[in-house]
Amino acid sequence: MSTVAAERGRARIHWGRLARRHAWTAGVYVLLVGLILYWRTIPAQWGTFDVQSLAIDALPFAFAAMAQAVVIISGGIDLSIGSMMGLVNVVSAKYMFDATTAQPVSFREAIVLALVLIGGAALAGALTGLIITVTKVADIIVTLAMLFVWGGAALAVMQIPGGGTPLEFSKLAIGYTLTPWLPSGLVILAAVILLVWIPIRRRRPGLALYAIGSSRNASFLAGISVARTRIGAYALGSALAGMGGLALTATSGIGDALSGQYYTLNSVAAVVLGGVALVGGVGGLIGPVAAAFVLTLVKSIMILKGVDQNWAQVIQGTLIVLVVMIGGLALRQRGKNL
Amino acid sequence: MSLLTAREVSKRYGPVVALRSATLVVEPGEVHALLGANGAGKSTLVKVLTGVIRSDGGTILVNGEASSVSSPAQAARIGLAPVFQDPALVPDLTIEQNLRLTRTPVDEVRRHLRELDLDVDFGAQTMDVPLPLLRMIDLARALARNPELLILDEITAALPADLAERVFAVMSRQKESGRSTLFITHRLREVIAHCDRATVLRDGGDVGTLVPQEGGEEKIVEFMLGEEVARAAGSAEATPPRERIELAEGGPTALEVRSLEVGETLTDVSFALHPGEILGIAALEAQGQDALFDVLAGQQRPTSGEVLVRGEQLRARHPYDAIRAGVVLVPADRLQALLPQRSIAENIAAPRFNSLRRWGPVGIREERRRVRRAIEALSIDTRAQRQVRRLSGGNQQKVTIARWLANGFQTLLCFDPTRGIDVGTKRQIYALLRELASDGAAVLLFTSELAEIPLVCDRVVCLYGGRVTAQLDAAGADEATLLRAMHGLEREAAA
Repeated sequence: MSTVAAERGRARIHWGRLARRHAWTAGVYVLLVGLILYWRTIPAQWGTFDVQSLAIDALPFAFAAMAQAVVIISGGIDLSIGSMMGLVNVVSAKYMFDATTAQPVSFREAIVLALVLIGGAALAGALTGLIITVTKVADIIVTLAMLFVWGGAALAVMQIPGGGTPLEFSKLAIGYTLTPWLPSGLVILAAVILLVWIPIRRRRPGLALYAIGSSRNASFLAGISVARTRIGAYALGSALAGMGGLALTATSGIGDALSGQYYTLNSVAAVVLGGVALVGGVGGLIGPVAAAFVLTLVKSIMILKGVDQNWAQVIQGTLIVLVVMIGGLALRQRGKNL
Repeated sequence: MSLLTAREVSKRYGPVVALRSATLVVEPGEVHALLGANGAGKSTLVKVLTGVIRSDGGTILVNGEASSVSSPAQAARIGLAPVFQDPALVPDLTIEQNLRLTRTPVDEVRRHLRELDLDVDFGAQTMDVPLPLLRMIDLARALARNPELLILDEITAALPADLAERVFAVMSRQKESGRSTLFITHRLREVIAHCDRATVLRDGGDVGTLVPQEGGEEKIVEFMLGEEVARAAGSAEATPPRERIELAEGGPTALEVRSLEVGETLTDVSFALHPGEILGIAALEAQGQDALFDVLAGQQRPTSGEVLVRGEQLRARHPYDAIRAGVVLVPADRLQALLPQRSIAENIAAPRFNSLRRWGPVGIREERRRVRRAIEALSIDTRAQRQVRRLSGGNQQKVTIARWLANGFQTLLCFDPTRGIDVGTKRQIYALLRELASDGAAVLLFTSELAEIPLVCDRVVCLYGGRVTAQLDAAGADEATLLRAMHGLEREAAA
């Protein structure tokens, strides 16, 4: 994306530069395609059902990865993403289900509630960002505290899993669009990237996001409001986490206060695997989304293969370390050639 | 009406008073120099004027109107465009993205760069663009805002001579159009040649404004140092030329380089450095001197060729190997070598954590003794000793030298050790290097200040395009000779 903008005004496209800048993302997609090709050979009858269940499994994870990526690009880290997802999950499942009639609310009401919750999540994220910028306490500490705040609130809202959601709402995540090969979850992901992320990325707020992650001092000297941009990053990240929480509701059909826990650290793993530098300023959202699919797929392949779940985790961790290590070596090689 | 009036501006950082009471008046259509020794408060005043930091007291008037500049963005709105000493372009964005970030009209920047006769690839990532070019892009970006007052904070320090000339051309164009430039530099010659007036700061206050052409360098130095100190420094310089050390043919070498090659940047470089000698390296920007120092300090491995330390080959895989062989580096970027958040004492002692009692407790008494001796030897200002980052640039550089003094070495590699350092501290550092040499140390000194070479060095090696173009006796190396050799015209120069 960046390259397109950079090339405005000159017709020549630097293919080498383009390839170099997006090499990591391309690599993650190659890995994903490779895994899919292997995955196809395992079940006796691989088909649309498998594709749909992969999309269902990976959808909340993909949102968590995007949420974390936004914050990490800005030079921060958000440990409260998982519990924010859990909170939105229980609140949405509780209010999308009318307990008196034991019937879910209408689709229209569910959509309105979903939008309100995304807005609320954004405000909560802005609050986190505000605390960080005002108190100047480290991101990791404030968001760790927020992890407990949102996690506790989620349990207060719903102690045991329950609630429900209209079928039409669930279908947004578990149905398919046009062809059974195209799960609706993927369409939603693509829509969020195209309609939310790309416009921001292309405009000044997006540049500011990368700028403060790359060098806060230079950004400040360039006249960027660092505090406002950081707050914005946490708000956008939290809104994406809110969407992840709704994805949990839609894919599972119920609310569970603990359902988000898995994503707190796995979102960081997906971000790293997806080519975002933990120091900030580098990477995008498309890589982490692919990485979320890779990690989900690795898990399902291992289940299909009958690998012990504990060993599956060891293998998953090893994979992350290997990929990041190979990436690091490649970068060093590039540094030598310069 | 004056364009800018800053009156009695003050600023303190904890116990350290950076600005006591500084007054600066810039008229429309003038090139005004802001001068002062390191720690005099120049950088602080510039930061206050451009909204990077807030002053504790004082008033700032722009075009007669009181203004509280609260951020760099606001400074830009009222017509103050700074080019900072620190790079203000974000490394991970492309040049074009950087311009959009600051809402700078790209075509304007392009036009100014054309005027500066520079070809810039706007799609390139900032981190891949060489530093001197970045400074020029920064300058073009500031110019694109059509500033009433252009503020250049030591811009020429990082620029080769030809680019510096273009900066001076920009300053005179500003002047022709009735706009002003505030020019901060340590190069007094530039001030005399290009500035209409100069305000001198000392110890956080202004000591006066003068017309550089009238008083000349001596007058400025006098203002900067205070009269007594200037006289003392002058008399030190007036001492008769030191004795030339006589080197026996084939005598021992402290450091010898034989047909060193590093990729494309260095080709067939050979020279020898003897104990007790200061060998100067003279070169324009990026002629291979960086790679040479990196190799000698063990930060980079050569493609081919040999490095010999006291006759034995050194294959440094890590700076540690070089340090153990007694070859130590004082880099231009002080903060690269220091632990900015730690104390002076810890910084000086840091390399020692590696030696002696590597596994046991650090010998505190012995350490303190060595540290104190080094601090005294260099007369480091220890008022802000808890954190090295609070020291002025000159004092930071002294700490990097003090650390090797406390740890012992045979060969000191100095890469532009006086970059951005005031005249007084500079003289102290040069005197110190001479002293070290007379005690038997060998010093390899790259400096961008050509005038200093005959004063400090015994011999000088000129590099051009990664090759040695001349080896001269420093005594005979006046600026003209050096400049020709540095431009690759070695035959005439040697003859």
